[in-house]
This record gives sequence, structure tokens and C-alpha cells, in this order.
Amino acid sequence: MSNPARLISLIMGATCLCAGAAAYADDPFAAARQDMIREIEADVKRTSLQLDKEVLDPRVMQALATVPRHALVPESLQDVAYRNRPLPIGHGQTISQPYIVAIMTDLLKVAPDSKVLEVGTGSGYQAAILAELVEQVYTIEIIEALGTRARGHLEALGYENITVRIGDGYYGWEEQAPFDGIVVTAAASHIPPPLIEQLKNGGRMIVPVGSRFMVQQLVLVKKDSQGKVTTRQILPVRFVPLTGEH
Amino acid sequence: MTGAGTLERPPLVSISLVSASALAYEILLMRLFSIIQWHHFAYMIISLALLGYGASGTFIALARPWLLAHYPLAYRINLALFGLSAIACYLAAQQVPLNAEEILWDWHQPLYLLAVYLLLALPFLFAATAVALTLTRYRQAIARVYAADLLGAGLGSLGIILLLFAVFPGTVLKLLGALGLLASLVAARELQGRRARGQVATLLAALLLLALPVAWLAPQPSPYKELSQILRIGGTRVIEERSSPLGVISVLESARVPLRHAPGLSLHSSAPLPEQLGLFTDAGGMTAINHNPQGQALAYLDDLTTALPYYLADPQRVLVLGAGAGADVQQALNHGVTQIDAVELNPQLIELVRQDHGDWAGNLYDHPAVRVHRGEARGFVRHSRATYDLIQIALLDAFGASSSGLHALNESYLYTVEALQDYLARVAPGGYLAISRWIKLPPRDTLKLVASAVAALKASGITTPGERLALIRGWQTSTLLVKNGVFTSDELARLQDFCRTRAFDTAWYPGMPADAANRVNIFEQPYFYQAAAALTGAEGAAFMDRYKFDITPATDDRPYFFHFFKWEALPEILALRGQGGLPLLEAGYLVLVATLLQAVILSAVLILLPLLVLRGRREWQATSVRSVQVVVYFFAIGLAFLFVEIAFIQKFILFLHHPLYAVAIVLTAFLLFAGAGSAWTARRDAHPRLARYATVGAVSGIALFGLLYLLLLDPVFAALLHLPVVLRILVSIALIAPLAFFMGMPFPLGLARVATERPALVPWAWGINGCASVLSAVLATLLAIQFGFSAVIIAALLLYALAALSLH
Repeated sequence: MSNPARLISLIMGATCLCAGAAAYADDPFAAARQDMIREIEADVKRTSLQLDKEVLDPRVMQALATVPRHALVPESLQDVAYRNRPLPIGHGQTISQPYIVAIMTDLLKVAPDSKVLEVGTGSGYQAAILAELVEQVYTIEIIEALGTRARGHLEALGYENITVRIGDGYYGWEEQAPFDGIVVTAAASHIPPPLIEQLKNGGRMIVPVGSRFMVQQLVLVKKDSQGKVTTRQILPVRFVPLTGEH
Repeated sequence: MTGAGTLERPPLVSISLVSASALAYEILLMRLFSIIQWHHFAYMIISLALLGYGASGTFIALARPWLLAHYPLAYRINLALFGLSAIACYLAAQQVPLNAEEILWDWHQPLYLLAVYLLLALPFLFAATAVALTLTRYRQAIARVYAADLLGAGLGSLGIILLLFAVFPGTVLKLLGALGLLASLVAARELQGRRARGQVATLLAALLLLALPVAWLAPQPSPYKELSQILRIGGTRVIEERSSPLGVISVLESARVPLRHAPGLSLHSSAPLPEQLGLFTDAGGMTAINHNPQGQALAYLDDLTTALPYYLADPQRVLVLGAGAGADVQQALNHGVTQIDAVELNPQLIELVRQDHGDWAGNLYDHPAVRVHRGEARGFVRHSRATYDLIQIALLDAFGASSSGLHALNESYLYTVEALQDYLARVAPGGYLAISRWIKLPPRDTLKLVASAVAALKASGITTPGERLALIRGWQTSTLLVKNGVFTSDELARLQDFCRTRAFDTAWYPGMPADAANRVNIFEQPYFYQAAAALTGAEGAAFMDRYKFDITPATDDRPYFFHFFKWEALPEILALRGQGGLPLLEAGYLVLVATLLQAVILSAVLILLPLLVLRGRREWQATSVRSVQVVVYFFAIGLAFLFVEIAFIQKFILFLHHPLYAVAIVLTAFLLFAGAGSAWTARRDAHPRLARYATVGAVSGIALFGLLYLLLLDPVFAALLHLPVVLRILVSIALIAPLAFFMGMPFPLGLARVATERPALVPWAWGINGCASVLSAVLATLLAIQFGFSAVIIAALLLYALAALSLH
């Protein structure tokens, strides 16, 4: 490791220590997590054209540097938990690729006082990242075994601002609506209109489209201050289908 | 030892039995692995497993003296092993944790893939060893043995398709295993009479296989397939399953969480979704039967892009191509259409909607306004003399399959330029052809569709195609309208209104201002508008050339609508691998290339191995026939035979209008008549000198009929198109017969010559032919994608000529 890199990792390591809830003083995964962060940063730079930015929100990157991803994957996969790739977590589900989680979270543009809804808890990783950034995260998982496991893991990690509900996410979470941000990670044949209803004016919703192991595109739904809804379709990689000028 | 054998009768019945089972097993594995994995991986796995044929030649070449000395036993054991391994290897392969989706993330996966196809190669190795051993042993009766092999294969291909209609794939597997053991029993009778040992054990083993519980053999879909995923949700269960060669259909009920299948639904939709039953084909491709017992209008169907034509005009005669579970039929009924023709290929699907769940669906398919037609879309349109105010082709394939390039290898005659012309010929003046597609990022098939529509309109003499096209899109789906006429300003106003209220975008209509594009569902650039403007204008060709995906229109000769891969884009996409750029790869085509590369390497090993190991032996010393001649001859005819067979299956699909009929009839006819051709040479292969001329004669016959068909098949088909299907089947068989008859000759003629002059090389020649057949199937598709099926036929004729020259 080069000196500046070591310095960065020391600083980041210190940040982790201060971040509280999820940090451990003698975290054997700290180095792997730092490598993951660097990889994400490099990927973001390469995709700056599509993402319209060179770097992601530092708060998002800090959240990624904090959450112990290894604690949310099956034990047998802990040593590869920080690779920048999706991993199978059983029940036919995956924990998303960290890079995709990073840009999805960034696209949500949440504030510390935001209230966020997640449909499809899965491993609980996305919820944990959000919990580092916002006041309250509500997350719904349809597969009971998965929801129970994620709830257990998140409680063990000390996340008190995440509420896990096991059930059908199609109608959102009426009692807590509206939300500043919504993440829909569960596969659906369409974006549920009730979720759009539960989005605050000025709020953002993000929906990854594709298969468990390959996200093909991200759909960002924006509701402006007047309540008008538009979507943006984002390719998570730098690729322009047309060559030359048109 | 071989001398005595020449007077004995070869075991022709057991050869036919094992060839029938092996061919049936090949087709069955394709079915099973399409359910377990995804179609393109199934294709790769089975292609490579077939190298077991090539391996048998290598194996016998290396162990020939021992095997020949123990021929009756070795033969019977191979037959029995085929039967046992057909089941055992399949079960073992199911245990391998192969996850095709992870293949580029996880280095274990290629090893798992290798394990799967090595396992599945074993049954083919045993079956092929039995045949090749017999060819080696009875070298005076090569033509008859080969004829029995081909006849068996022909019956096997017909039998398996019939069998797949009758029973589930798991049961078929049992039957094929038992058939292998039965072949072994028959062989005992044929070779040794009543004295043969082990017959009781074989019989017991066969009975044991038949008694295996079907549940053990049922394919277990990957946990990442759609059906597996949805079954994780509490309260879901499969209530019914139907099986046919077209796929296994599973009907899913969800007691607790409603299914809500409504792809492309407007973000603004407030319409409630009805209860649904899910329909899955091969554990994927979900559609749904709506619960609508009162037959009411279902408002959500009007919040899809496909509803557009009903808002521009008031169509009264509607044709729905690919009616499936009936959503598009209901959509037409919503708008009071009084005459709906609904065409669906899969009879089991119609039955499910009409009978089994008729009450649930409100007897949709028995509605007085609806006529359901069982058949293929293109064939229906060609045979129909009716005209329609609207022809609706909705989303026939599932998004998952479409977006990962799964269909890249599938021929589809639904979206070719000629197909669009056929449809447009049936659209009444002022009416529309409406085709909907999934939206992909970057855009691919929607653009290819626009390019195809432009080409079809131009071919019909329309010089300004842009005036007759309108394209709208939501975030998920697009709908293209092709009007028989020019759009009126009233229609265009309604179109804009339709889009505005549903959060859809207009992507093209005549006179559309550029700033009206890309407003609600926003892309980095207004890709769809830019493309439509270019494709309808003068620089369409330049645009297609510049675009990083292949969006040039598909044609009947190159029917690959779903092929978007361009080599130029490969380095750029590969560089994006780590960031998840792989979906851009359009994997289907690369899987094909990967299959070819692996097959080439493995074939080279299998062919060269005996040459390197045995070249010092006396019987491997060259005489009048050199080894390289053997390689060229058997490689060329191996390639050519399947080239012709595959290309003609495609040509006949357009005549028989049903992919299944075409495959079953063409394959069976080819194999049976080739078998007859081989048998016909039997009388001549005793005279090697004559055999040389016979080869030239056979190749001349192939060339004559091949060229004749290349020139005349299209006009003949066009002239006979209106014959009833039974007559078209008879015409097809009559057309295939002479060509296949000649094609059955070069292999036994050549092998008889090798048997006379260099007998040690007989199994090797068989192996070379086996390897070439595997390469041939893959190469034929690659060539057809690039150059079309006519080119594949020409290549085959040249290969036959090369073969004739090489051994002359």
C-alpha cells in the first residue's frame, strides 16, 4: 500500500471509530472495507458522465465505510463480503453490489432529517447505509425468513432507527407516509403507483431494474415541488450508444 | 477375430434403439435445462455434451483391440451404461451449484459449467461408443449399421416430440433410461442368443428405473428464476402444470399477496388491479390470467402504452397476435370491439384460459366477440384474407429474457421486414399495426423495430415512411404504430393527450418538434427521437452503422431480431465489466462464440490424440488413404450434413408455419431418408472402386437438389401456401426425401473405403464426424446471423464438394 493510501485509510479508520453504532476498534475487515471504498470511487469517476458528477456525496461514502457489510452476509461469505460484487445470501436473494448501493443512495439525495422507505429489505445492507444518513428508515420485506434475519442482524448492529416490517410493500407504509425517499429493490412488474403517492413533493424514488446479479439500469423517480412526476433512466456504467456527432 | 464377424448379422435393432434414445435424450436435456437454467446456457451445455460422440471415436481408436476382442460384452455394457448414466448423470449435474448469472463474478462457476457438461457427455459417449464399435466390428456392413443408426435417430426425434406432449420431462427421462437397458437386452438376443449372462440383472435395473419416483427426476429450477423467486413468498403455490415440447406451463396461485402483473403500467394509474393467477413458462416468462368473472372492463389495461390505438380511433375489427393469457383481448373488449381474432401458438395456454380457468377469466375466450385461433401468428396472417382496423402485437417475451440477450440465438419470424409487410397487407385503410416492446437502456429492440417498419413501408412503395409512424414510450415499454395512411392532426392531438395523462413520452410522430421529446421519462439524450428521426430520414443507414448495437432490420433469411451484438463495441463493454456493464453484452451471441471456441479446442484434442499416440503403429501407417484425407472428408461432411438440416428446418418453418411441426417433420424426414440412402449404398460398398464414383454421384445429387431448392423453394412455397396443413406436410416430406437420400450416402461410402484400406481408422473417422457435427450446429447459427440461411446452404454444398475432392 502506498503511503498516501495508508494515510487515507488511517483517517477513514478513525472516522469509522467515531461513527459509533457499527464500528469496532479492532475490526479485521477495516482494510477490506477501505479497498471497497477506493474501488467505488474509481468506478464513480469512470461513470461521471452518466452520473453527472465526479464524486459521490461524502456522507454516502462515509456510510459505506462504516456499515459492517460482512455482518449482513452468510458466514461462509464474510471474507469476500467487501468485494465490489453482488453476493448470494440464500433464499434466492443477493446483497447488492456496493457500487450500485452507493450510487442508488447518492441519487436519493437524503438529508439527516429525512424519512426513507425501503421496499425489499433483503440483507438489510441498504437499510443500514440509509440509517447512517437519515433520521428514520422503514423497510418492508415480503419473504419472512429474510425479514426476520435482517431484523436480527440490524438489531445486533445497534441500528435503532430502522423499523423492519414483514409483509407486502406494494401499498407502502401508510402510517408513516409521506417519505422523502423510497428505494424499491424488490422486483416488481411495474412501479407501484401507491408508492408514488407516498412520495413527498420534492422527494425521490430509486428503482434498480435487472436481475439479481446484474443491474441493468436505475430508474430515478422525481416528484417536484408541484407534485409533478418525472423519471430519469440511468445506466450505471459509462456507455454512450451513439458514436460521433448527431 | 474381426474376420468371423463379417459373416454375422450386426445388431441392427439395438443400434436403432440406442440411437433413438440418444437423440431423444439430447432434445429432452435441452428441455430440462431450459427449465433449470436459461435457454442459452442450456444450448451451450448440451452442444458441448454432444462431444461425447467425438470422444467415443477417440476412446475406441485407443482401446480398439481389447474392445473388439470382447465385442458382445463391450457393446451390451455400453448400451446399459447409456441407460443408467442418462439418469444418473442428469441427477449428478443437478447437484452442481452452477449459477449462470454469476459466471463472470465467480471463478468457481466456469468449473461448475465444465463439470456439468462433462457429466452430461457421458451418456452420449456410451451410446456413441456402442454405435462406433459396431461400425468398427462389422466393417462389411457399415452402410446397414449407419442406416439403422439414422433410422433410429429419425424415430427418436419424432417420438420425443410426441412423448413430450403426453408426459412430463421427468417421466420421459425414466423411459429413455429404461430404453437404453432394453437395447442392451435386445443386443444380448441379437448377439448371443439365450446364453447371454446378465439379462436378468439388466431387466431388473430397467424395472427399477421405471419405478423411480418422478419427483426425484423433476427439474429443479435455479433459485434465481422467476418462478423460484415468487414461490419464496408465503401463500404461493403451483396449482397446475402442463407440459409440451413448447415448454412446461405452471399456474401459480398466491393466497396472501396479490400478484399484480401489469408491466408498463402508467405511474399515474389509479385503477385497481384484479386478482390474478400467474402463468410461467419453463419457470420464467410470467404472464397472468385476470380474475374477471363478470367480464367487466378492466381499467388498468387502459393505462398501458398498448392502449394507444384505441384512443386514436374506434377499431372494430382487431387481430391480437400472441394472445397468451388474454390481457390484450380484454383490452379490446374494454373498448367495445365487436370482432376480435386472437391467435395463440400454445394450445395448452388456450385450454387453461378457456377451460380450466374459464370461470375465473369470465369465459374471456368464449366471449361472442372473440374468436380464438390456435396457430402461429405469421401463418395465420398469411392464410387470412380478412382485413383489420388494428393488428396488435403485444409484449410476447418476458422482460428478463429480453433484457439479458437470451433470445439472441432464437430465430423469430414475427418481426422480420417480410413479416411486417404481411401484417400491413392485412391492415384496412386508416387502420394500424401496433407493436409493443420492452424499453432497454441503451435502446435496442424498439429502434430495430422502427428500422424494420421503415424498411417494410419502403418495400411496399411508401417513400415517406415517417408520416405513417408514431412511437410512444413509458419508462418500461414502447408502442409503435404503423398506420395504413397518413396520421391526421386530430389523431396526433389525441396521441399527445393520451401520453400527457399517463406520464408517457412521445418519441416520434409526423411533424414532432424536437423539444417535445424526452420530457417525462428522461434519458441522457432523446435517444428514441433521435433514432426515429434518423431512421425515417435520409441517413438511416449511416445511423445504424454508427450505433453501437446491431439495429439493422431482421429478414426471413436472417431472422435474428433479438441479435444486437456488434463486435466493435466489445472492448468498450468488457472494460466496464467491474462496474456491472455486462448486461450490455447481449450475452446470447457471446455464449455461442464461447461454445464454438470450447468445442474447437476439445475437438482438436479428441482428433489429434489418437494420431499422436498411435502414429507409430503399423495399422496407422498411411497407405493409399492419408490421415489428412480422412480428417478433411469426415470433417467436411459432418459440418455439411447439419448445415443443410438446420438451414432447411428454418426454410420449412415459413412453409409449415409452426416451429414445432417444422423441426419434428424436417428432422425426422432428413434422418429417415438419409438412413434409406445409407442402406441403398449397402450393396455397393463391397466394391471400393465403385464407391469412389458413388461418392461423386451422391455429392452431385446433393448439389443438384441443394441448388434447386435454393432457387425454387421460395416460389414453390409461395404457390402452395394455401394448401391445407396435411398437404403441406406431405409436400415438405416429398421435397426433403431426395436431398436427404443423397445426404445419407457420403458417410457410409467414405467409411467403407477407410474400413477397406485403413481399418484402424474407422472409429477415428466416426469421432471426427461427431466433433464436426457439434461444431456445425454452432457455426450454422453464427453464419446465419451474419450472412443468412441461404449462405449456410451454399457453404454446405461447397463442403460436400471439398469432401468429394479430398477422398477421390
